[in-house]
Amino acid sequence: MNEDRHIDSAFDKDLDNVLALLMTMGGLVEQAIRQSALALHERNTELAEIVIRNDRQFDGLLEEVNTAAVNLLARRQPQARDLRMVVSVIRIAQYLERVGDYAKNISKRSFTISLMPPITPSTGSVKRLAAAVQASIKDSLDSFVQADSEMATDVIRRDIDIDQMYNSLFREFLTHMMENPKNITPAMHLLFVAKNFERIGDYATAIGEQAVYLVTGSMPADVRQREDWTPYAQQTEVEGG
Amino acid sequence: MQQLGDGGLPDTVPSSADSDTSNQSKVKILTEAVKVFYADTEALHSVSIDIFERTVTALIGPSGCGKSTFLRCLNRMNDTIENCRVEGRIELDGLDIFERSVDPVQLRARVGMVFQKPNPFPKSIYDNVAYGPRIHGLASTRSQLDDIVEMSLRNSALWDEVKDRLSAPGTGLSGGQQQRLCIARAIATQPEVLLMDEPCSALDPIATSQIEELIGQLRRNFTVVIVTHSMQQAARVSQRTAFFHLGNLVEFGDTDEVFTNPRDERTESYITGRIG
Repeated sequence: MNEDRHIDSAFDKDLDNVLALLMTMGGLVEQAIRQSALALHERNTELAEIVIRNDRQFDGLLEEVNTAAVNLLARRQPQARDLRMVVSVIRIAQYLERVGDYAKNISKRSFTISLMPPITPSTGSVKRLAAAVQASIKDSLDSFVQADSEMATDVIRRDIDIDQMYNSLFREFLTHMMENPKNITPAMHLLFVAKNFERIGDYATAIGEQAVYLVTGSMPADVRQREDWTPYAQQTEVEGG
Repeated sequence: MQQLGDGGLPDTVPSSADSDTSNQSKVKILTEAVKVFYADTEALHSVSIDIFERTVTALIGPSGCGKSTFLRCLNRMNDTIENCRVEGRIELDGLDIFERSVDPVQLRARVGMVFQKPNPFPKSIYDNVAYGPRIHGLASTRSQLDDIVEMSLRNSALWDEVKDRLSAPGTGLSGGQQQRLCIARAIATQPEVLLMDEPCSALDPIATSQIEELIGQLRRNFTVVIVTHSMQQAARVSQRTAFFHLGNLVEFGDTDEVFTNPRDERTESYITGRIG
């Protein structure tokens, strides 16, 4: 990560090891998001099953990252940027574990959804939301490992788009439910799925914030406007919108 | 963060971890453009630092960076070194310490010093502590002197361990006890500032912890300036940290900031173990 190396090269190895563990976890979480989106879109219950089964590994990886980070804190007493990196790694591992949970939740619902008629074109909108979220998670992890605060800031800004995609899905599903009560059950499941993707996007933002913290030493100012109006949605607004 | 070289008060009172720092904004020692020469060699290049009252200020940096040289300026210990010349301005409570009227011996009574290696006199524990008050005439009766010795040993957290053997030789104490005896000796003359030059480098971790605990207590009454090679020690005991490199003051600011988010790349490299 840093171009200049420590005088004690074992310190570099310890840091590299912690970072490598986090990146392993990140890679598997990215895979879980991708698979859960694919399983949902293709109605592939076998793939959904794999996502659910694989979720357990994140608990083990989280513990591995935490143990390695705590050992490094105890043995090396890192300072400044090294210290920020270790603290951020501990936080990001926790975020990734939560993202893994969301991927699992999505896959659980995709079983039920696969038994119901598709709601077109909303399923396409969910697919686009999933793709945006996957890209954000990938970029947020890249921004951290490359210590690229510009890339991280871009990820944080993109959360506005993700929120807007979720908001429009919310409207779409409400419309479908009002049009035909038979749509209510699949639309509700898909709405929860969309909400899970939107939450994953929030974690991409949180990881991006850690990348900014790593580089600058302070958390970024909130560059996003609050875009999620759905908690305040009322019947009239939906009809009007 | 104080702007280096401006010599004035920082814009804001530092927000250190400790809350009992109401006197922190009062400058006890002002240093402005301090340069030190050994013969023709400039060892310290124009250093300006404000040392706040009742605050622990740590001076860190690799060997030969000038931190001990700077420390020794603060009570004119460099006067004792041949070929050593100091330029610039150093004020203690507004008094220029290089003024003709200032007696270096009196100055050192106000600005005490503790050295790297415990160096008790080959005298009794009592006489080690009583030495300074005697030569400065701080006690007129034996009982007054007894009080000063007891208070100094209590303040250096040594009283309970030595109160029953005050006539035993100071050199018979353990390393950590000897260093606390030296601290008691330094504070017996009731100085306002205590300079410490790597006070724990010859001590084991337990004795080091005792000295660090003591530094925290001493701050209630004294202004402390400590030179240390242990970054963790600087981070633990100080509220302000100055980083020196190759005779330059590179960075000076709140310890919390310096150790989590230093402004200068050289500070970052040093405290993270990338340059020596």
